[in-house]
Amino acid sequence: MDSGFRIFPERGSTNAEGVDDLYFYLLLVSFVFSALIFILVITFAVKYRRRPGRERAARVTPQPALEIAWMVLPFALCLVMFVWGARLYVRIYEAPPGAMEVYVVARQWMWKLQHPEGSSEINELHVPVHRPVRLVMTSQDVIHSFYVPAFRIKQDVLPNRYTSIWFQAIQPGEYPLLCAEYCGTKHSGMTGRIVVMTDPDYERWMSEATSQGSLAAVGLQLFRGLGCSGCHTGAADARAPRLEGLFGSRVQLEGGRSVVADEAYLRESILDPRAKIVSGFQPLMPVFRGQLNEDDLIRLVAYLKSLAVREGRPDQP
Amino acid sequence: MTIPLGARVPENYLTADYRLRSWLFTTDHKRIGILYLISLTFYFFVGGFFALLMRLELVTPAGDLVQPETYNRLFTMHGVIMLFFFLVPSIPAVFGNFFLPLMIGARDVAFPRLNLASWYIFNLGGLLALASIILGGVDTGWTFYTPYSSVYSNSYVLLAAGGIFIMGFSSIITGLNFIVTTHKLRAPGLTWGRLPLFVWSLYATALIQVLATPSITIALGLIGVDRLLKVGIFDPALGGDPVLFQHLFWFYSHPAVYVMILPGMGVESELITTFSRQRPYGYAFIAGSSLAIAVLSFLVWGHHMFVAGQSVFASLIFSLLSFLVAIPSGVKVFSWTATLYKGAVSYATPMLYALGFIGLFTIGGLTGLFLATLAVDVHVTDTYFVIAHFHYIMVGGMVMAYLGAMHYWWPKMTGKRYPEAWGRLSALIVFVGFNLTFFPQFLMGYLGMPRRYHAYPPEFQIYHVLSSAGASILGVGYLLPLVYFLWSLRYGAPAGADPWDATGLEWRTPSPPPTHNFGETPVVTEAPYAYRLREDEGGSP
Amino acid sequence: MNASFPPTEPYATLEEQRDSATLGMWVFLSAEVVFFGALLLSFVSYRISYPRDFDVASRQTKVALGTLNTGVLLTSSLFMALAVRAARKGERRGTIGWILGTMSLGFGFLAIKAAEYVLEIQDQLFPGPHFYLPGADPGHARLFFLCYFILTSVHALHVTIGLGLLGVLAVRAAWGSLCREKGHQVEIAGLYWHFVDLVWIFLFPLLYLLGRHPPHG
Repeated sequence: MDSGFRIFPERGSTNAEGVDDLYFYLLLVSFVFSALIFILVITFAVKYRRRPGRERAARVTPQPALEIAWMVLPFALCLVMFVWGARLYVRIYEAPPGAMEVYVVARQWMWKLQHPEGSSEINELHVPVHRPVRLVMTSQDVIHSFYVPAFRIKQDVLPNRYTSIWFQAIQPGEYPLLCAEYCGTKHSGMTGRIVVMTDPDYERWMSEATSQGSLAAVGLQLFRGLGCSGCHTGAADARAPRLEGLFGSRVQLEGGRSVVADEAYLRESILDPRAKIVSGFQPLMPVFRGQLNEDDLIRLVAYLKSLAVREGRPDQP
Repeated sequence: MTIPLGARVPENYLTADYRLRSWLFTTDHKRIGILYLISLTFYFFVGGFFALLMRLELVTPAGDLVQPETYNRLFTMHGVIMLFFFLVPSIPAVFGNFFLPLMIGARDVAFPRLNLASWYIFNLGGLLALASIILGGVDTGWTFYTPYSSVYSNSYVLLAAGGIFIMGFSSIITGLNFIVTTHKLRAPGLTWGRLPLFVWSLYATALIQVLATPSITIALGLIGVDRLLKVGIFDPALGGDPVLFQHLFWFYSHPAVYVMILPGMGVESELITTFSRQRPYGYAFIAGSSLAIAVLSFLVWGHHMFVAGQSVFASLIFSLLSFLVAIPSGVKVFSWTATLYKGAVSYATPMLYALGFIGLFTIGGLTGLFLATLAVDVHVTDTYFVIAHFHYIMVGGMVMAYLGAMHYWWPKMTGKRYPEAWGRLSALIVFVGFNLTFFPQFLMGYLGMPRRYHAYPPEFQIYHVLSSAGASILGVGYLLPLVYFLWSLRYGAPAGADPWDATGLEWRTPSPPPTHNFGETPVVTEAPYAYRLREDEGGSP
Repeated sequence: MNASFPPTEPYATLEEQRDSATLGMWVFLSAEVVFFGALLLSFVSYRISYPRDFDVASRQTKVALGTLNTGVLLTSSLFMALAVRAARKGERRGTIGWILGTMSLGFGFLAIKAAEYVLEIQDQLFPGPHFYLPGADPGHARLFFLCYFILTSVHALHVTIGLGLLGVLAVRAAWGSLCREKGHQVEIAGLYWHFVDLVWIFLFPLLYLLGRHPPHG
């Protein structure tokens, strides 16, 4: 990692260049307007300085056209900023289909990153270059924020919720990972790095990394061990809704509402099944809040997502 | 106008009664302004002291000056003291209290006893905040995000939050007082269209103070409940939503930052016009822009939460509205610049601060656009970019305006002149020190230096060293006025009623003013800022 | 009761002083709207997230007492309006009487509220360590009752402050210092009292009635 003096951050992701281009536009507009104001103020202050013979101001008649112009023109420039920024922003939140997924659990004061294949890392994330990577993140305690300056991405990581962001690295290397939401004593120490590798290097790393089995496989063990398969049999007359093909589909709830079954829905349905009752079913499912930690929840969610893939559905909503 | 300019009057509001109880039980708005001045000066230097310690620690990348817990308390207390116990009251409580009635030709504010109560309530809140500092401090950041502040922090959250909770009432009372005063106590002939722009800005500020402050009262009150009962509505273990806290907090704290700049903009309008001897360019637009800012300020709070987990749709709306709220500020900057055109510009100390304000506020405001821009904000939020942005506005803007107001109105308040050469020197030192402190922080921010970091990666050190060097210069620039203003009380040259040859009713009464402000109620017959122009004096335009 | 008083500083006329006082109260009430609004918003936001649990919890509130309290408070507002009318007409005894009537109903409201709290604590509905409510997620039910206790106690605090205000006015009326010109103070207190009543009109359906709708088809 190049830790020398820089004036501008390196670009590590597909997102970075677009953000930087917009940043340069903002810099240009700011520079032009600052220079304009500075030059005018200094010029006027000098040219019209008070001196003997010039003790009073001359009449100036305000021009309404000028007033309108200096409202409309800046706003037009701002609209460009808005639209450009909005488009890039929306893209940051829409991961491309087929993105590799990594589950992140943040806690005071460390990052735990889990690959679906089972390997688990602390404060480091190995990823292949040129592949989109989607992070599904939650916190075990306070609010943290996952920040990779070289990728120009940042997302707060909240307790009791999943938040998500994605990136695609463009260059092998190591990029700092920083916590960007004040989280207590060792907030400045909650740092790590994203290690971007070429495909062959990544494959080699994956096979060498310790693994307890894929997240989905462990999730299946939990699913059976907790008794879920007792009611979620998949049969048409089962007491509990069918879970095959559930992830990513639209679910009809009692009361007429419907929701898309994303990671957040799956997590909530395990911890608090009565929050959203599926239409046509009774609220029989036991409450698992307080009995499962975030790691177990991730394993169950990963398992349920794998059921969607088997059914031929895409593995994202 | 019954008292001739420059005539010696035997009694003024300072000399009317020398007993301590006459100060502590006063209902004279001018004395209350001075009481606030004393309290606020104290808190300013307390908050500044914390900043000094922070910048000292940040000279080296390792956390080697203070413990992490201590640093976290330092930056929290710096923010809490500077924002709630200096900036929010600052210009309204000191200069608003002193000059609003004078500027509208009234004998006092609408509710003088409530006014005194607001000062006591302010100090009660301040005492709680000081207690939390003395006992060991609070370490949640001035933003008190849950669940860290409600569940996890081991510091004196309840005391600090309580202090802010109480101070909020002081702010609401001041706002209420100013609204009613402006509506009901204007002198005959003083229509809304003839009000000084400072009054317009105070009025807009007062609207925000009244309508926004209750939100943070509730937000912090709910944290208080959580700390006391050990259970609260933001606790994720109960299904509570920490982001709900952020909404309640920012619904106040965004409009609050306009409370922390609008009065400065009002002062700016007074300084630019007086020291150019020129009418303001587009009076109606400047007045209207204050109201527009007040209204729009309530609609943009979500721009503090673009990465907080709020919906993309909400973020889009907040981003668009945030660009909209920038436009009235732009109107002001352009109008002040245009007011200088063909003016008669003096370089007296207040004007040096005013000219500096235009430049620094422009930079601060433009960098706000970076933060309103969604994809860029994702990168720079929670970094030093944001810190630089808001310090440019609050310190480069508001504090400079506060100092400008001090120098402008000191002769009126005390009847003494400050030493002009020292005033100009300090203004210059402040300007240089300020830019050196905060400009490098923009660069650091885009590079990815997060805020609230006690130790940092070594590649940022050069920026931090520049910044800390600037901070020490800035500190000198702030200490000098403290010294020479106090000096001038004893040794300053006497000031007449109108040392600047300005318009405005406050200059039509002696310096210092008598307790009842005016001998007879003034009657206003002309437009505001009716400076005599060169054409009127036979000069060429 | 017809002695006239000079306006206090800084007012030139009594009319100016009255107008300022009225405007002041309206401005204050607008701050109160935001104050209660923030609390109500928090409640509504959780209700949207957890409708079932909030409905179940809401059914545990003492709706009979709550309804009684609504009647009590509405009637007290009526009495307050009559007090204002009497003050305007300069009727000293009428003013004192109706103010005292308003105050008794106000105290009645607080007494009934206190009784509710006692019953709820006995039923283990106070969100402390002994909280117990089967049939709903314990965390969400606690959230409901946190909102309930916070909202109603803040409201009760405002009622208490109102009683204090009214007490002061009753005493002033008895001493004769509340003459027709200054009877305006009763009007301003009336504004405050009606506002406190209005807040209850929002609180009551949201807290008590929300869970008592007929079941979905």
